[in-house]
Amino acid sequence: MNAREKALVMTAEEIEQALERVAAEIAASEPATDKLMLVGIRTRGVPLARRLAEILKRRYGRDLPVGILDITFYRDDLSRIAPNPVVKTSELPHDITGRVIILVDDVLYTGRTIRAALDHLVDYGRPDRVRLAVLVDRGHRELPIQADYVGRAIPTERNEIVKVMLREVDGEDRVLLLEKE
Amino acid sequence: MTRDFEGERRDLSARAEFSTAHPRARLKRKDLLGIRDLDPEEIRLILDTAEAFKQVSEREIKKVPTLRGRTVVNLFFEPSTRTRTSFELAAKRLSADTLNIATTTSSLMKGETLLDTVRTLQAMAVDALVVRHSMAGVPHQLARQLPIPVINAGDGAHEHPTQALLDAFTIRERKGRIAGLKVAIIGDLLHSRVARSNIYLLTKLGASVWVSGPQTLVPPYYEQLVPDGLFVTPRIEEALEGADVVMALRLQLERQQECFFPSLKEYALRFGLTRERLRWAKEEAIILHPGPMNRGIEIASDVADGPQALILDQVANGIAVRMAVLYLLMGGSSA
Repeated sequence: MNAREKALVMTAEEIEQALERVAAEIAASEPATDKLMLVGIRTRGVPLARRLAEILKRRYGRDLPVGILDITFYRDDLSRIAPNPVVKTSELPHDITGRVIILVDDVLYTGRTIRAALDHLVDYGRPDRVRLAVLVDRGHRELPIQADYVGRAIPTERNEIVKVMLREVDGEDRVLLLEKE
Repeated sequence: MTRDFEGERRDLSARAEFSTAHPRARLKRKDLLGIRDLDPEEIRLILDTAEAFKQVSEREIKKVPTLRGRTVVNLFFEPSTRTRTSFELAAKRLSADTLNIATTTSSLMKGETLLDTVRTLQAMAVDALVVRHSMAGVPHQLARQLPIPVINAGDGAHEHPTQALLDAFTIRERKGRIAGLKVAIIGDLLHSRVARSNIYLLTKLGASVWVSGPQTLVPPYYEQLVPDGLFVTPRIEEALEGADVVMALRLQLERQQECFFPSLKEYALRFGLTRERLRWAKEEAIILHPGPMNRGIEIASDVADGPQALILDQVANGIAVRMAVLYLLMGGSSA
């Protein structure tokens, strides 16, 4: 798929500020209990969850566990995509029953990824509460799912792509808006 | 920025963690009929995928919705408990429906041809077929006739690809690698599809495989089976010496009518895997057996129950490997 670069929508500094603000909002509404846990959705939700955990460590004065979710088995488009997505392991450091989980992903779009992540989580246990934090909310939901913490809401068209690049994965921090050709 | 990110080295290792090991993550085929046709990348893809599935079997809810609404048929023309239940559990843990057909209860006993049975199943809109047959090549014939994935669960003395994959998975899990290891395969090589599939797989991934058994049970064509990495020796000690992995093959008692060796007692004495004989292998060598075991014949009981034996790990890993195969063959079918 070819795509044309349209705009730089977030710089490295703006990503940093957005994460600081999301962390502040989480700290304001979630008490510092040992029930709290961050879970990043592969791929780019994972480094975002780790960064949030670092910032929250300063606010809470303690380490927060960070889990990893690979939602491939739970997708609803398995036979429509090719080639097969590479499956990696999910890693949840603790029993999640009774915990407060902040799910972290880079972009919230149709909501289908989050639906799959929720199905995956409940197969591991029964959390008390699940909240959703995303770096970018680009609209166009296909399911009744909303984020509790949003770094930046970016209005988009359906033929556009929001490309989040993170230094841990892509070598640099920025968010681009692309247009499909 | 306020957060300390520990320099470039950490940065690179973090990036490696997120890298895509298989840019084109797919098997290049509709069916899994043997290891011989697979290339090393496809083998690694199956093994890596199985790691994610192993985790599913360790959860309290041992099931993912991946193949919901699909039907997998186990068509077994030979008696089997282990392989059939393993495939059945693998399919069920992917949320597929399963149907087991054993020849003793099927219309094949009433004279229906193989192809008619399969066409009937196809008319019932099944999505994948797992086949075991005593004749080599039957799964291949079915695969040519059917548009759905066909998985060989053992055909005659030809191949048993998922057994070799689960053995490789078990070896890799314990030893961290396959390349450079010495693997000894001991026993009835003549009747063993397990040995053949393992030889193909392990040599493709860079292990050196030493095989030994009674000379009547070592097929003459073995010298030319693979281009590289296979060594045949009549001396079991030579095969075992310095081995990282020792695989005992099941003596197929049901296939020994032709007097390949004088007696079971003599076989056990000369080729049985005993603790004493195992001293030739490395101290940390692991012991594998595809099951079911003839205790006291090809493997001594204290070896089978000893700390080096991974026979039950093999069973557990078999489910994960078969889940991976079903997932990879049934996942991206509209590609």
